[in-house]
Amino acid sequence: MSFIAGVGLTSFGRHEGLSSLDLMSRAAELALADAGLARSEIDGILCGYSTVSPHIMLATVFAEHFGIRPSYAHAVQVGGATGLAMAMLAHHLVDAGVVRHMLVVAGENRLTGQSRDAAIQALAQVGHPDYEVPLGPTIPAYYGLVASRYMHEYGVTEEDLAEFAVLMRKHALAHPGAQFREPISVADVMASKPVALPLKLLDCCPVSDGGAAFVVSREPAGDIQVRVRGCAQAHTHQHVTAAPALRELGAEIAIARAKAISGIEIADVRYAAVYDSFTITLAMLLEDLGLAKRGEAAARVRSGHFDCRGEMPLNTHGGLLSYGHCGVGGAMAHLVETHLQMTERAGARQVRDASIALLHGDGGVLSSHVSMFWERVR
Amino acid sequence: MSESADWTAGHEAILYQSCESCGTTQYFRRAFCAACGAAGVVEKRASGEGRVYATSLVCRAATAETRAHVPYNIVLIDTVEGFRMMAHGERELAIGDEVAARFAPFAGRIVPYFTKRK
Repeated sequence: MSFIAGVGLTSFGRHEGLSSLDLMSRAAELALADAGLARSEIDGILCGYSTVSPHIMLATVFAEHFGIRPSYAHAVQVGGATGLAMAMLAHHLVDAGVVRHMLVVAGENRLTGQSRDAAIQALAQVGHPDYEVPLGPTIPAYYGLVASRYMHEYGVTEEDLAEFAVLMRKHALAHPGAQFREPISVADVMASKPVALPLKLLDCCPVSDGGAAFVVSREPAGDIQVRVRGCAQAHTHQHVTAAPALRELGAEIAIARAKAISGIEIADVRYAAVYDSFTITLAMLLEDLGLAKRGEAAARVRSGHFDCRGEMPLNTHGGLLSYGHCGVGGAMAHLVETHLQMTERAGARQVRDASIALLHGDGGVLSSHVSMFWERVR
Repeated sequence: MSESADWTAGHEAILYQSCESCGTTQYFRRAFCAACGAAGVVEKRASGEGRVYATSLVCRAATAETRAHVPYNIVLIDTVEGFRMMAHGERELAIGDEVAARFAPFAGRIVPYFTKRK
């Protein structure tokens, strides 16, 4: 058994002058304080990567910097799925008795530490070096390809996709840490600059500075406890050229495994935290996970289903699309928000009942998937 | 493996591999078949004919070299030989269109460029 003992999240946006280590440290401080733990009690560290400050041993670089001598430490790299992959690994290591208190941390000055071109260029390298990258694609183009196909097969429109950007922005308005806090409309999304059609600027998450952290512990902490009920992964390909048919993507495989392991069904879920690098990512994942029927996720957005007060509150902090995306920490913000909701500390954003949450991460171009269920225990 | 004599190495050709054991075709070159693991893969030249699987018109590029070409249409093509490949294509291409390959200059090299078959 393992519990999420504490969480920490910085605001996302511009953090002039702060390094990746600074942002990791700030988030880690917050998570330790939340868990009520001292540095000396942390015996394990998992961290993500920094594209701005790459290092082959980032976990020990951080441990030294932060002042911890753990008995277990290394970095993990699964693209956008890294945060949830670390949560899964932490769960298993804690459950197995290898680690008692695992600090999971990520942070990156992705916005101010490099030019926007450099950020876009670095990420595009997830493409195949011989058969894709020479064609000049960008991450939005990889997802633009998927979007065009998904729209073609399921009758989804650009206006449908725009709904997800509007929803995430609406949620971000209620979070003081969000990078974008001006309301937008479907018309605004439709009129935003073309990036990689059918995706436009407001269909894409921003580049941000920020940090996020959480502690996974063997013992519960606090009055309301959050425990990991079950998790699973699926990896079907790396490059979009080698992706299977839409019906065979990894999200469906991962969620099926997670349901079987945990005994939880989608009907039991009361809160959803789903990776949203682009509007198409969120639309597809919601449908792949069974949180909406094929081609019907946008209709559910329009009906308020995914609102804070809706039947299935979704990414109530604003997601990658509006809270922001600082790399690995970006998707970890979803975990932090889920914990705040489950422990009834989400303030103005608090949902009625976050007793069981589904969290899902995606890395690459729908390449790597991690599904996880959390349960509240009083 | 020796260097490929296809567009990735500056030659006006699209090559693929076919497994002598299980018959699977693959586009990314390797010394074995990724479907069955057999070592016997033979290199073949593709006809350049296929059908559009997906498209994305890149309007925001990340390097000075590629920015000179925007907008350019990135496409995924399902070839008649049975493998999928990424390439460039005419702006007007739609999913399902039958296409044929030629080659076009892009950012200092040549890339496969698909046009609609008349």
